[in-house]
Amino acid sequence: MPTRSVTVGATSGLHARPAALFVAAAAAQSVPVTIRTSDKPPVPARSLLSVLALGAKHGAEVTLEADGPTADAALDALATLLARDLDSDDESPDHG
Amino acid sequence: MAELLRGIGVSPGSAAGPAYRMSPPPPPPEPAVVVDPDAEVERAVAALNTVAADLTRRAEGVAARAAADVLRAQAMMAQDPELSAAVVAEVRAGASAPVAVDRALAVHREAFLAAGGYLAERVTDLNDIRDRVVAACLGLPPPGIPDPGHPFVLIARDLAPADTAGLDPEQVLALVTEDGGPTSHTAILARAAGLPAVVRCPSAMAVADGVEVTVDGSTGQVAVGVNHDTVIATRVSEQRRRRRLATTRGPGQTADGHPVALYGNIGSAEDVDGELEGVGLFRTELLYLHRTDPPGRDEQVAAYAEVFTALPGRRVIVRTLDAGADKPLPFLTAGVEPNPALGVRGLRLARRRADVLHLQLGAIAQAARDTAAEVWVMAPMVATVAEAAWFAAACRDAGLPTAGAMVEVPAAALRARSLLSVVDFLSIGTNDLSQYTFAADRQCGDLADLLDPAQPALLELISGCAAAGAAAGKPVGVCGEAAADPRIAPVLVGLGVTSLSMAPRAVPEVREALAAHTLADCRRLAAEALWAAGAAPLTVP
Repeated sequence: MPTRSVTVGATSGLHARPAALFVAAAAAQSVPVTIRTSDKPPVPARSLLSVLALGAKHGAEVTLEADGPTADAALDALATLLARDLDSDDESPDHG
Repeated sequence: MAELLRGIGVSPGSAAGPAYRMSPPPPPPEPAVVVDPDAEVERAVAALNTVAADLTRRAEGVAARAAADVLRAQAMMAQDPELSAAVVAEVRAGASAPVAVDRALAVHREAFLAAGGYLAERVTDLNDIRDRVVAACLGLPPPGIPDPGHPFVLIARDLAPADTAGLDPEQVLALVTEDGGPTSHTAILARAAGLPAVVRCPSAMAVADGVEVTVDGSTGQVAVGVNHDTVIATRVSEQRRRRRLATTRGPGQTADGHPVALYGNIGSAEDVDGELEGVGLFRTELLYLHRTDPPGRDEQVAAYAEVFTALPGRRVIVRTLDAGADKPLPFLTAGVEPNPALGVRGLRLARRRADVLHLQLGAIAQAARDTAAEVWVMAPMVATVAEAAWFAAACRDAGLPTAGAMVEVPAAALRARSLLSVVDFLSIGTNDLSQYTFAADRQCGDLADLLDPAQPALLELISGCAAAGAAAGKPVGVCGEAAADPRIAPVLVGLGVTSLSMAPRAVPEVREALAAHTLADCRRLAAEALWAAGAAPLTVP
């Protein structure tokens, strides 16, 4: 199954706004994606409550996993998003 | 035809607009037998969707990005596919929709609490979602301060400090409560914010959301179902009133020039208004709250100096720490008292920890030396002349020459003359003096009439203090909510009170009320009030 490992780029970690942006992006993918940290089992990436509970901090490594024909494209898009500093990201769709 | 409700006006001014009620959180969900699981699933899913939609709509109406982000995140939580799956599973296992929501969110609450830190703080958001979804399941309005997206008149059973912290003064036009009284949190908050307010208004919670009302915070009248012309006319006259008040300036005095100092009640330098004649009550509790040890000397000196610096050459009366009763502090108020209002509070805490008071007096004295304000200090909850004498000696030892006693206990009022032989001034805290004179809890709305500052027994105690002050040639002020009441202010002046201290925003209204009366008028009003059978309605022409 395709996977991507990526370091959380958001300064505040995968919390608050960065988590919401990530979950919204995951929900927009056509395949279900899971996310896990080194110490916690995978959770659905489209569940904000579950993603928050991972408590992934800035610099933590997370692993994304998906299956299906568009899995690679979905994982690439989400991995790119996660690597960015979403706290200072002002070009998000709901701002401006 | 508009329906007229009558309560007690506690913060002057009028307002007009649609009424919205603050709803209490729904009752904790009780297990119930589910007859139709499909319908129950539908009810739960519909409630989740309603709450998500409501939160999204509110997020769109909020300008501040941080606040909008929180609302948007909450909306996403309500729509969380894992949450709805868990809720559906609970219902399929036999739970009712409210119970299912409660259980499903409890799992996430546990996870957040276990993670600690940032996530533990977000538990409040989860609880809020639970209350909202459960309320939606039960067909109840969303709990908490309403947010219709436009200015409104807030109607509540009563308001606690936690509720009022979230009030947006841009959105709330006036406050109307069914409970509460003239000294309740609602009254104090409204005066501080300059919002018209009516308390003890029966049937207020029966007003349907969105109905246009007018509120008169002076007369206590609330007209329900008014027409558009009335709304406009009320707003125009209120604007005119505010403009007129904004032009009043200068020290307080009666129409014939008898000076009455109008001071502000403040909690920190933030509350200081440059126009103030002085400060009649600087509450120092703020520094001590939420701590396990008393603040150190340097921190205290800095906080006091900040206030004194803002008022050069003006009088600042500092009240020493007033903890206990409704303001417990872990390092002082040890143990549970069966009746904290009658327990070890105010100056009485020095019986247990005199060091805390000596440290505070030393810090006040230092800050006074470093700045140009005229600093006086006073002790709360003085009951005997011996206590006052002890306090005055402690002040002088610390280098503070002007020491006073607050009169909040009838015992102190009855001994005003003797008190003034050991202290330099008296300041009457009418909120507590009412409570202790009438044996009526300040928070007990059912007894609000007993707490009316026009009660003759209260006025008689004030009168005795003022007479003792006149005989001794020493100032006697009032710093309770009565001082901020434009109906009562002329009466207090007529009784011989020399200064009135109130929320800074209340000053213009009181200044205007005094300017409308000569000293002889005030004395006549005072005599009438003292002879009245009960709390007679007094009107300011």
